[in-house]
Amino acid sequence: MAKSEFVTPAKITRGLGSAKSGTSDHIRQRVTAIALVFLVPWFLYSVINASSIGYAGAAEWAGKPWNAILLILTAGAAFYHMRIGMQIVIEDYISKTSTRSALLILNSFAVIALFVTVALSVLKLWIGAGA
Amino acid sequence: MSGTNRADPRPLSPHLQIWRPHATMFASITHRITGMGLYFGTFLIAAWLIALATGPEAYAQAEAVISCVPAQVILFVWTVAVLFHFAGGIRFLLWDGPHAGFEPKTASAVSVFLYVFAVLGSVAIWAAVLWL
Repeated sequence: MAKSEFVTPAKITRGLGSAKSGTSDHIRQRVTAIALVFLVPWFLYSVINASSIGYAGAAEWAGKPWNAILLILTAGAAFYHMRIGMQIVIEDYISKTSTRSALLILNSFAVIALFVTVALSVLKLWIGAGA
Repeated sequence: MSGTNRADPRPLSPHLQIWRPHATMFASITHRITGMGLYFGTFLIAAWLIALATGPEAYAQAEAVISCVPAQVILFVWTVAVLFHFAGGIRFLLWDGPHAGFEPKTASAVSVFLYVFAVLGSVAIWAAVLWL
């Protein structure tokens, strides 16, 4: 292999590109972005209203079926989008393999744990509202 | 790239300092910085929702924390970051999808607009919340 060739035969065979995962993250980042274009304006408007009417009002707001559904959708799209975004930044700037792997795992754990906690919180409010 | 022991000297992508600063470059960097800020900011917003589900006492504590001045400043910066990343994200979608707005003049103008939109939009939202 000539020194000017940067792609090894194994890489061509695997066909995964330099990021090891092809285009899947790229596409998912954009699909979640499209979802967030619709969800974020609703979320901002709703949270600003809900956070200014006290505990009872906020709990009632989050317990309404449509709000609960949209809250979980917003959390799902946002956390997936956040996870990919942070992963790209870690991969770009952290070159030491051990640190990079540790941060990538921490990123996944943190985002997934937070999503589960938020989803269960919304479920609790939904069930608590008796809807 | 210190700290790595790569066997063969592969080419690196051009470093930041070789480019003449321009609007789209700043917008791109700001998009990434706001993205990182939103990552941690969203954890705080999630904490508010978790406090709501935990009960009245936890929610009262969250309300007390949110209403203090440093938290209000963080929330305002969070609003600016949301609006910038939101509008910048739509711009990236228009670049990726219909390939719209690629002309250098348009791209630069939109980049400047992103900053204006983020700041003025946040001021408008906060003014509406505080005085309406």
